[in-house]
Amino acid sequence: MRRLTLVSGCVLAGAVVAIAVVSFLWLPYPPEDTSGGRLAPPGLPHLLGTDKLGRDLFTQLMIGARIALGVGLGSVALGGLLGVAAGLVAGFATRWLDDTVAVVLDILIAFPTLLLAMLLVAVRDASLGSAILAIGLAMSAVVARLTRVLVKRVLAQDYITAARTSGTSWRRIVTEHVLPNIWPTLVVNLALQLGLAVLAEASLSYLGLGPPPPNASWGRMLQEAQATVLVAPVGAIAPGVLVVALVVGVNLIADGLRDVADPTRRRTR
Amino acid sequence: MSLLEVTGLRVAAADGRELVRDVSFAVDAGERLGLIGESGSGKSLTALAIMGLLPAGMTVAGGVVLDVPGLGRTEVAGLAEQRLNALRGRAATVVFQEPLTALDPLMRVGRQLAEPLRRRRGLRGAALRAAVRAALTEVRLAEPDRIAKAFPHQISGGQRQRVAIAMALACEPALLIADEPTTALDVTVQADVLALLDALVREKGMALLFISHDLAVVSAVTDRVVVLKDGVAVESGAVADIVRAPAHPYTRSLVASARELDSALDLAP
Repeated sequence: MRRLTLVSGCVLAGAVVAIAVVSFLWLPYPPEDTSGGRLAPPGLPHLLGTDKLGRDLFTQLMIGARIALGVGLGSVALGGLLGVAAGLVAGFATRWLDDTVAVVLDILIAFPTLLLAMLLVAVRDASLGSAILAIGLAMSAVVARLTRVLVKRVLAQDYITAARTSGTSWRRIVTEHVLPNIWPTLVVNLALQLGLAVLAEASLSYLGLGPPPPNASWGRMLQEAQATVLVAPVGAIAPGVLVVALVVGVNLIADGLRDVADPTRRRTR
Repeated sequence: MSLLEVTGLRVAAADGRELVRDVSFAVDAGERLGLIGESGSGKSLTALAIMGLLPAGMTVAGGVVLDVPGLGRTEVAGLAEQRLNALRGRAATVVFQEPLTALDPLMRVGRQLAEPLRRRRGLRGAALRAAVRAALTEVRLAEPDRIAKAFPHQISGGQRQRVAIAMALACEPALLIADEPTTALDVTVQADVLALLDALVREKGMALLFISHDLAVVSAVTDRVVVLKDGVAVESGAVADIVRAPAHPYTRSLVASARELDSALDLAP
């Protein structure tokens, strides 16, 4: 059953990854090509038709996959790195520092991601980097809070005391015992965060706060197709389907990973 | 001069409650001392205080002096963490009550056992693997290769405690502290593990501080006992004397209940 979850997740998310990879090597039309005419219906030569400016929708979708994955993975890398580091520090810190970090994290988590993104866009500009930064920062607070709790739970375990009674150094305790023991939970959570990051990128782009043209983004495609949704529904449906496929796929992978990452839950022998 | 000298040890909880009050005893090199008392009598806290590993918030007063040949005479209380860590493992180490939680659930048994061998003897690669195998054989584990590859949850409780003993012995400590090492085990396994511990400590000439609530177990492995009640050492002396003529009412009740259990066996048809 679990295996089925993992496999179907990999199929869904893998399809989107494949599209993104292919987009670097081959595109049906150049992104700026408007030779197909406005709002051409699906068929040949434009597989999914064209948008209101005459750009090929399939081409736009393929570039959108690249952006969605790029922002998703980028923000998970940023958020994961910052979050795990901050969580480790808080988990090991003295009572006073730990309480301070906990309060700061709670404030950061309460701060809406969209508002943070708007602030960042106002200071910088609407770009791929701003989107990754905004989503990654917001994510790091959630990851840090989780890491802090996990570290505290592991540090209270007997095997940490046992390792210390034999004179194991703190550095080795962190790398050999703490990180491996928080990793299964963390990895599942990071996978879930990847799904959320893809959704966040779509929302930001929908609001015009995402990466600007010529980068096509699923969120902006939705927004652009909104006015013509009754005449040309494919323009709104296609990016919607891909967002759902990627997010559901990633969440299924997260669910399936839970067992793979934890040997005590693996069925062996 | 004694290997371990505890004089007027006091441990207080964060709220000021005194959990160990004015406990004094000494262990000579190669000697075996039992620390007996009911749960909550401060036995384990005394052990942790010797290791300098009391939980955060607890305060310690009085003297704990470890005098190990080659390491010099060291006062444990108030010692910097780094110097304490150099002492742990070499001067003293602990075998805990519950081997399931005292072993890292996500690390293969062989790798956990390799850690103290690597650090203490500087072994690497094939030599390290051979040493792990020898250490597992030494604690009378059949199939050392299978055990080394197993995760802690894949082997039995008795096997786990043997692994924990092997890990403690791998540190080659001058003093082995055994904190209720057989309490979590089945009675039949308990006798085997006790005999093993007894034989190995004798063989290696280590001193043993044996902590238990079970008078019969303590009298089987130690020469002298200290009886703890509510954090106070109420009686101490040679095992034979204590069993023959207990002075304190608590010790009397301990001896009486042990006798009662024993005679129940004699009466059985």
